[in-house]
Amino acid sequence: MITLTVNGKTHTLDVEPDTPLLWVLRDHLDLTGTKFGCGIAQCGACTVHLDGRPLRSCVTPVSVAEGQAITTIEGLAGDTLHAVQQAWIEHDVPQCGYCQSGQLMVAAHLVDNTPNPSDEDIDQAMINICRCGTYPRMRSAIHRAAALARDAMADA
Amino acid sequence: MTLQNSTLSRRAFVKSSVAASGGLMLALSLPKANAGLDPWTGAPTGTEISAWLTIDPNSQVTIRVAQSEMGEGVFTAMPMLVAEELDCDWSQVKAEYASANRSVRENGVYKRMGTGGSGAVRRSREYLQQAGASARERLKAAAAARWEVPVAELRTEGGEVLHDASGRRTAYGVLAAEAAAITLPEEPAIRKAGEFKLLGTPLNRLDVPSKVDGSATFGIDVKVPGMVYAAYDACPVWGGTLAALDDAPALAVKGVKKVIRVEDGFAVIADSYWRARKGLEALSPQWDLGPNAGASSDAMRAEFKSDLDRRGVVAHEEGDAYASLEGAETVIEADYDAPYLAHLAMEPVNCTVAIAKDRVDVWTGTQNPESVLGAAAEILGRAPETIHVHNCFLGGGFGRRSMPDFARRALAIAKALGNTPVKVLWSREADTRTGHFRPLAALRFKAGFDANGKPVALLNRSATHSILAGFRPEVVQNGLDGSSTEGLENQPYDIANVSIEHHLKRTPVPVWFWRSVGSSQNGFALEAFIDEMAEAAGQDPLAFRQALLHKHPAMLNTLNLAAEKANWGRPMAPGSAQGIAIHESFGSICAQVAEVTVTQSGEVKVERVVTAIDCGNTVNPRTIAEQVESSVIYGLSAALWGRSDIENGQVVQQNFDRNRVVKMVEAPAVETHFSLSGGEHWGGIGEPALPPTAPAVVNAIYKITGRRIRALPIAQHDLRWS
Repeated sequence: MITLTVNGKTHTLDVEPDTPLLWVLRDHLDLTGTKFGCGIAQCGACTVHLDGRPLRSCVTPVSVAEGQAITTIEGLAGDTLHAVQQAWIEHDVPQCGYCQSGQLMVAAHLVDNTPNPSDEDIDQAMINICRCGTYPRMRSAIHRAAALARDAMADA
Repeated sequence: MTLQNSTLSRRAFVKSSVAASGGLMLALSLPKANAGLDPWTGAPTGTEISAWLTIDPNSQVTIRVAQSEMGEGVFTAMPMLVAEELDCDWSQVKAEYASANRSVRENGVYKRMGTGGSGAVRRSREYLQQAGASARERLKAAAAARWEVPVAELRTEGGEVLHDASGRRTAYGVLAAEAAAITLPEEPAIRKAGEFKLLGTPLNRLDVPSKVDGSATFGIDVKVPGMVYAAYDACPVWGGTLAALDDAPALAVKGVKKVIRVEDGFAVIADSYWRARKGLEALSPQWDLGPNAGASSDAMRAEFKSDLDRRGVVAHEEGDAYASLEGAETVIEADYDAPYLAHLAMEPVNCTVAIAKDRVDVWTGTQNPESVLGAAAEILGRAPETIHVHNCFLGGGFGRRSMPDFARRALAIAKALGNTPVKVLWSREADTRTGHFRPLAALRFKAGFDANGKPVALLNRSATHSILAGFRPEVVQNGLDGSSTEGLENQPYDIANVSIEHHLKRTPVPVWFWRSVGSSQNGFALEAFIDEMAEAAGQDPLAFRQALLHKHPAMLNTLNLAAEKANWGRPMAPGSAQGIAIHESFGSICAQVAEVTVTQSGEVKVERVVTAIDCGNTVNPRTIAEQVESSVIYGLSAALWGRSDIENGQVVQQNFDRNRVVKMVEAPAVETHFSLSGGEHWGGIGEPALPPTAPAVVNAIYKITGRRIRALPIAQHDLRWS
């Protein structure tokens, strides 16, 4: 049995320890916002946060995640949407939308840790694949999200 | 939560609950969902005015979309076409999929349900406007009856019928039931360009909120009670078969229930996908590789190229190109080629099937739910009326999901399992190698010039597959398939003597529609060769095109707009240059100026692509700009790196480790400018911005490096310069 903490909730699951975290989230916990794209850590559609850091869950055995805080796209928002989610809506970023959960998890980590990301910061952080080509809108939305986050800090 | 424009209230940012976003998700109705109740909220779904729309008591309008949402924005554009006439409050509009089952039962009520050919707007606009107009007039008739006033005294606005003379107004939700019972004596006229209130307005997409919080339902996300999971694989060589398979290693994996043989492969069934996948990987199938075990794309390319030495079937002819070439002062010649290419949509193909005694339910993301329905009826031996295909959001399409190959395999697996529902999921590698590919193509051009450098002759031969030959052979006449020669047989340049010839090829590699189809290779080759012609004529590539397009004002306008917005000819730093190209496809004209940098070590970076597009009129300019960005970047991945090589009958590049695609750091800035010709002209938008990208880029690379790139992808060429 494996005990996992996902989006603040603890679950005890009967899964083999080598099962990729991705499939535990999707098939056992019904958290299907995290996507399967390649299975070899190339595309990033499966990105979640493990103790606050982006992680490609398709190649991460669930046993590695035991005892750490896992956050998925379903848990990214608090009482309001995360700044990157707000900016994604405002800038109309997603097209097919399939890669966007992973993109948002990476972008959220960037904005949370780099208050005013440069284009170079964005190039370095945003290494997930989008076949619809939403990159230009993601770039502008990240700049916008950083501004929203700064405004929120100033209001607080 | 529905959205209008980009200005959002703080309230709109409150995290959406399933109930709030349910209407924007798919109506993922389970077999036993209660009729007339929203499957998410349990609330009444409202009164059906027609097959296209319902109105609930709060005046929320739900519009059925008969096209597939794969990122191109039909879940917003199709409702806009209805709402344009309905005069409803856009913030009260929801979208949901139209039912293919209903279309089968009701004599094709949803008309065009296949999505492709950049046809959603231009093929369904008139009847969607008509549906909105008809509903509006019926709502007005209901109000006229209530108030006992002439219909002519009524008007509609913001989801209400108004009688200005008496100051009365009533919301659509109040009138819906009465309107539903009214038959109009005649259908109202629909609005034309110049009369639109909503069309042409940039709006944010209705599906976006569900795509930022993980709640959007893709085919891969479907879960049905009692469902098992299947991992599937096929012989790695086309035409091969399974010779022997020992099931035992898979059955030893925890959770694996059985191994099923199906058509060209086998499936492992388990209680979770990962256990099925582990079972699959534990097996050592013995394949009979069949007659194609030696197939090689290098050999195919060589054969295609050798065909170019022979005259082909004439697809288009003007004057006498051969005689003109004989008498020309100068003749140039060049050969081009483009490789087989996989689609690589982000979501690996998948399909879920539940077979019951009196009905069959299929969940998948498909560009053609009717073909899936037909496949189910055929494979399961059931009446079409009993098959329910629940289309989901598509994790990319690009043509991959218009072929029902994966649904057919899933249906065969489900049939073998009997009454146990099953979700079948392909690995990325299996999706790629069992998919169908953009055809390999080889092209030759010869151009002749007179003593003044004026082009007098153009000869083109191409050798490539016919996609239609595989499923609609009757339309392939005399060895010609229009989708193979599109962009060539209708080449726009004013040259007196033209011969466009074709060699139809077949190889073991299955081919299919890939975003922009024949234009993706033909547009590249033609527009790169036009730059070679400009050089031979001693002219600037823009000026050369302008002179030859004087009979095509719409093309000239679009070309000039791109050049103007890019400031064509502006000084560029060493190692940087502009390249230009123009191409018409799917009813739209698109011109692009690519600004490219090549380092002296040969690294290519496309910095900016300035696009001008004439799609006639616009529904949603924002989603058009998004489709331009998408087409440019999808086309750029193909131009720079895209190739599906065949060695020993097998696809070499099966996953993203060997299929390099554009990422954030390589993505150019993309500008979209409109050169709309207006009037009755409505062009497509999902594909036409793709063909000009590759030639604009290679034309820029030539200016920097002096190397003509005549074979894609670009990455195979040594571009070092000094």
